[in-house]
Amino acid sequence: SCAGPVESKTEAAMSELVPEPRQKPVVPTKPMGINTSLLGYIGIDTIIEQMRKKTMKTGFDFNIMVVGQSGLGKSTLVNTLFKSQVSRKSSGWNREEKIPKTVEIKAIGHVIEEGGVKMKLTVIDTPGFGDQINNENCWEPIEKYINEQYEKFLKEEVNIARKKRIPDTRVHCCLYFISPTGHSLRPLDLEFMKHLSKVVNIIPVIAKADTMTLEEKTEFKQRVRKELEVNGIEFYPQKEFDEDLEDKTENDKIRQESMPFAVVGSDKEYQVNGKRVLGRKTPWGIIEVENLTHCEFALLRDFVIRTHLQDLKEVTHNIHYETYRAKRLNDNGGLPPMTVETEENHESNL
Amino acid sequence: SLVFQGEGYRTVPLSGHVGFDSLPDQLVNKSVNHGFCFNILCVGETGLGKSTLMDTLFNTKFEGDPASHSQPGVQLKSSTYDLQESNVNLKLTIVSTVGFGDQINKEDSYKPIVEFIDAQFEAYLQEELKIKRVLHNYHDTRIHACLYFIAPTGHSLKSLDLVTMKKLDSKVNIIPIIAKSDAISKSELTKFKIKITSELVSNGVQIYQFPTDDESVAEINGTMNAHLPFAVIGSTEELKIGNKMMKARQYPWGTVQVENEAHCDFVKLREMLIRVNMEDLREQTHTRHYELYRRCKLEEMGFKDTDPDSKPFSLQETYEAKRNEFLGELQKKEEAMRQMFVQRVKEKEAELKEAEKELHEKFDRLKKLHQDEKKKLEDKKKSLDDEVNAFKQRKTAAELLQSQAQQAGGSQTLKRDKERKK
Repeated sequence: SCAGPVESKTEAAMSELVPEPRQKPVVPTKPMGINTSLLGYIGIDTIIEQMRKKTMKTGFDFNIMVVGQSGLGKSTLVNTLFKSQVSRKSSGWNREEKIPKTVEIKAIGHVIEEGGVKMKLTVIDTPGFGDQINNENCWEPIEKYINEQYEKFLKEEVNIARKKRIPDTRVHCCLYFISPTGHSLRPLDLEFMKHLSKVVNIIPVIAKADTMTLEEKTEFKQRVRKELEVNGIEFYPQKEFDEDLEDKTENDKIRQESMPFAVVGSDKEYQVNGKRVLGRKTPWGIIEVENLTHCEFALLRDFVIRTHLQDLKEVTHNIHYETYRAKRLNDNGGLPPMTVETEENHESNL
Repeated sequence: SLVFQGEGYRTVPLSGHVGFDSLPDQLVNKSVNHGFCFNILCVGETGLGKSTLMDTLFNTKFEGDPASHSQPGVQLKSSTYDLQESNVNLKLTIVSTVGFGDQINKEDSYKPIVEFIDAQFEAYLQEELKIKRVLHNYHDTRIHACLYFIAPTGHSLKSLDLVTMKKLDSKVNIIPIIAKSDAISKSELTKFKIKITSELVSNGVQIYQFPTDDESVAEINGTMNAHLPFAVIGSTEELKIGNKMMKARQYPWGTVQVENEAHCDFVKLREMLIRVNMEDLREQTHTRHYELYRRCKLEEMGFKDTDPDSKPFSLQETYEAKRNEFLGELQKKEEAMRQMFVQRVKEKEAELKEAEKELHEKFDRLKKLHQDEKKKLEDKKKSLDDEVNAFKQRKTAAELLQSQAQQAGGSQTLKRDKERKK
């Protein structure tokens, strides 16, 4: 019988897991449209307004994860980014909490509104990461959590009667906090980013950047970039997902010059030159968080929130999620046991 | 180890400008870069001005041969165009029925239309079910709006209209319009509209309602809903009226202006279809009509969501089924290829055998020829040899005679000479 060659053909045909880089819209096979010259206003450009109105009405979800050793200012930074008490530390959790013995995943959600736009923001904290003596495989619970969210989405998507809007708990952005040692990335940093950059958008940031001078900062950033490159770690925005030349030019600049952003966070305000600014007060001066000459917080904020937020979500949905889905559906043509094992599950997955 | 703080999400205030109010712009910009799709289906009897209306709506003359009405049943003709306005690229597909209502027996007239609509849903579903899929780059061919052209009889809906609209109302957004409405007087038109609306209601036909949930459009949409079905006139001819060029139709008794709201509802149609609700039409198609199709199709295939435990089961079955189907296809193809291969081999073998046979025959023939020639030559040689032998014998005999004659003939010759001398 021909079971042998057919099986490998199926494998070959169906096992291509890496999604293709985003292409321009596919040309339909029918004879292409005729370019009509328009005489007079039709009004099809109003679709922009129509779409905008609809999205304002539905609102947006955004799920951001912060990963890094304790004490690197993760919670403060997220609060600074969103100018409100959205992180775990501020939401009634015990500040004097002990560092957990294993990596924990703690998600907390809030609704924030600005200019008529409602956003359901979920901040996912990972206390315990990198804090043990033996940190082997401490990225695993994080990877598991991320995949669980893909799984949740997939389950709802394949329902027969499914929700109009599938609740999206998938991690859109993972801020990875690098310790400002000034030397190089630590093995844990590399290991984490190597594993996770394949399943989620990772944005590396250099934490507590106020401990480095400008020269030290520039050198450190260069070294970090080089190390990431040498280790084949593709952080967001990934080269292969640049949609067009414009994207590529813009993103190249960010990838090769700005990232990783060296940031400082603060939720305290001080008076500087007659203005109230967010800052950190030291005996030798006030570090203004949103001052670009002091640190790159404003760059990070603009990048993540003001220009690339929607793209972070789209890359998560169109690429990371699709990769997960394809892999999932390929294994045994069904689901590996991730849910409570029922009898059917168990048998079919043997 | 996942901990969620509270079920409902608390709203927290912002202490300054964050900047996510740019989100709608970010999203819209991405859509603009990607381009939009809009697909309109025009259903109506021949001659009700479907293509003229499309030309009028989009201010252009859509190229294309006028449909040939030579086919017996109802056909669907589809064309796709690229339109651009400001920075918006719209891929517009217009599908029209051809020959609708021309048949003597119209019982099955609605079928090709339903099949077409379903085929577009099916194509999308197939893409959605693929393992490696490219949904965000998929050219969406699902019908977003169906303009149903009602003949301007002034009386009531035809039974064909009711039957067709009933079959379509759960599959597509129907916007009924009264075509060529300049054939009806104003007062008749009002009565006609009321009659149509009541017939639709009493027959349970669900037509598309312009949405009234968003306060910014609730009022206008609500008003427009009351004007359905729209009485339209189409024309691409421009006539000078006053000091402006306008789309119009000229009659001896006056000129009908297409964009004059007192003359017809064209402007209302354009407003509703394009300028206010295009996005909602697309959304309803995807979230309502397509979902219904998908649900029915999957249930037809025997799947159901019953409780959380069986969900993996149904997913597994769907994909198992698809996979088996795929494998089956591959096997069939492979079988077909093998058959073809075997067939070809047989044919080639036969050809070669034939050729071999010919060669053998040729060889035999040549051999025989050769043997014949050889025999001939041998015979000739033999006869020549015989001749030679005979000649030799004669020569020997002659020589012998000669020498004998010479011996005796020395005297003989003398004797002859003496006799001559005497």
